[in-house]
Amino acid sequence: MFQLVLFFVFGTIAVAAAVNLLAQRHPINSALSLIVVMACLATLFLLIGAEFLAAIQVIVYAGAIMVLFVFVIMLLNAGEEERTPGSRVARLLGFPAVVLLAGLVAWTLLARNPHPVPVELTGRFVGSPSAIAQLLFRDFLLPFEVTSVLILIAIMGAVVLASPAGTATGPGSPAEPPAKREV
Amino acid sequence: MLTITTFIVVSVIKIVIALVVLLTAVAYSTWLERKVVGHIQNRWGPKRVGPFGLLQPLADGAKFIFKEDLTPPYVYKPLYLAAPILSLVLALTSISLVPIGNWVTVDGVRTPLEITDVNIGLLIMLGITSLSVYGVALAGWSSNSKYSLLGSLRASAQMVSYEIALGLSLVGVLIMSGSLNLREIVDMQSGHVWAWIPRWNIFRWPTQIVAFFVYLAAAFAETNRVPFDLPEAETELVAGYHTEYSSMKFAMFFMAEYANMITVASIATLLFLGGWHGPLFGPWWLQDLLPVFWFALKVFGFIFLYIWIRGTLPRFRYDQLMAFGWKVLFPIAVANVLVTSLIVALQK
Repeated sequence: MFQLVLFFVFGTIAVAAAVNLLAQRHPINSALSLIVVMACLATLFLLIGAEFLAAIQVIVYAGAIMVLFVFVIMLLNAGEEERTPGSRVARLLGFPAVVLLAGLVAWTLLARNPHPVPVELTGRFVGSPSAIAQLLFRDFLLPFEVTSVLILIAIMGAVVLASPAGTATGPGSPAEPPAKREV
Repeated sequence: MLTITTFIVVSVIKIVIALVVLLTAVAYSTWLERKVVGHIQNRWGPKRVGPFGLLQPLADGAKFIFKEDLTPPYVYKPLYLAAPILSLVLALTSISLVPIGNWVTVDGVRTPLEITDVNIGLLIMLGITSLSVYGVALAGWSSNSKYSLLGSLRASAQMVSYEIALGLSLVGVLIMSGSLNLREIVDMQSGHVWAWIPRWNIFRWPTQIVAFFVYLAAAFAETNRVPFDLPEAETELVAGYHTEYSSMKFAMFFMAEYANMITVASIATLLFLGGWHGPLFGPWWLQDLLPVFWFALKVFGFIFLYIWIRGTLPRFRYDQLMAFGWKVLFPIAVANVLVTSLIVALQK
């Protein structure tokens, strides 16, 4: 019962922060909203008993990735987002698309599982560090390693893009930062 | 079996005690720092307020409260106000996971000497520490001043870089203990090797001494202390990220810095220096108190080392700082993880 209350509290905060992330005009406010979303997700993980996952969620997403986002926003001194004709089109198309996508996801979930049983909120999840290690390093070893190679490729790509003008190919100005609109 | 009421009462008592002790320790770390650095530089340090200047922290606190609380006109107010609170709250939260001694029984209630015993305590602690960079980053950004911004940019880059070496230097210990629970990690370190060397992690294999020094360097960088204090380098950046803060808001950053030092010292004590283990003797009440005393002594030693280094070493240059973090500490930490796992695998 108590867990259910907590679930709704943190679920609501997570959704509200996600909406706020879109509504805010200034990138730093959006980034901070995303951190709140991450923190709420970590709390939800805690509620189902996945403590390790919760800690990792905070350390990796809130503590590392979002720090880099905030860092980049600070470094570029990004100002308020501008309204363009493009953004109006995006708004016109975006809201119906969101409703469509949410409906599709809900419909798929319900169609696959027509009689959802209430999930026991705490303690049932097998998420201890050793259990996750068993999954990662034995059952799914190959996908895990392939993913790490994929990330390595992405890092190499970033190095190539960021390398000084002498070694970079193409006429584009290397100082121009890549557009990071989608979050 | 604990009833819910006893649990709440015991928790509140423990929280109050931990908070009072921590804040006192923070206040007296500043006194200790001024005193020790003073003597290193051949002067007296605070000596006018009370005997040996012992009441100086109280006088400083009163001064901070009565100073004018100035908010510069061009700051981004919500974040400007939130940043010091965030710093202090995160710095004080992590102490709740630090165990300082064995279980004690008071009036029939048996309780561990820590606020909460979590089975992945170390990870949660690292998580909280990794969030503390936001206090610094947001303070610098929202101040709308170039010194603050430069300071917080440096701080974010430095803290993110050294966090990796910091985390990796702890992995060796975790592999040896096979647990993320701070209490279990400490319990693994009880007893002696060869009858007189304590079985602390730092003494078990030579690799752990290396890991300890990697941790030491990374911890100094994480807490923005000399020789890694570029975020607040006085000679270049006025005061770095907290240039625009005054009165209690500045005091919050100050307290957060010292609380972080104590947390980092506690982690080092728990993981490398055997936690509260030490020689026990005397009547039963002394046997109950001695572990806490040993723990406090080890943390004190670590803080003294912090201050000693502050009194002796100059500041790094920024490129040296980054090169040291990524090209020296990081490879050493990775090598330590590999060697330690190899030894553990061979022993099994």
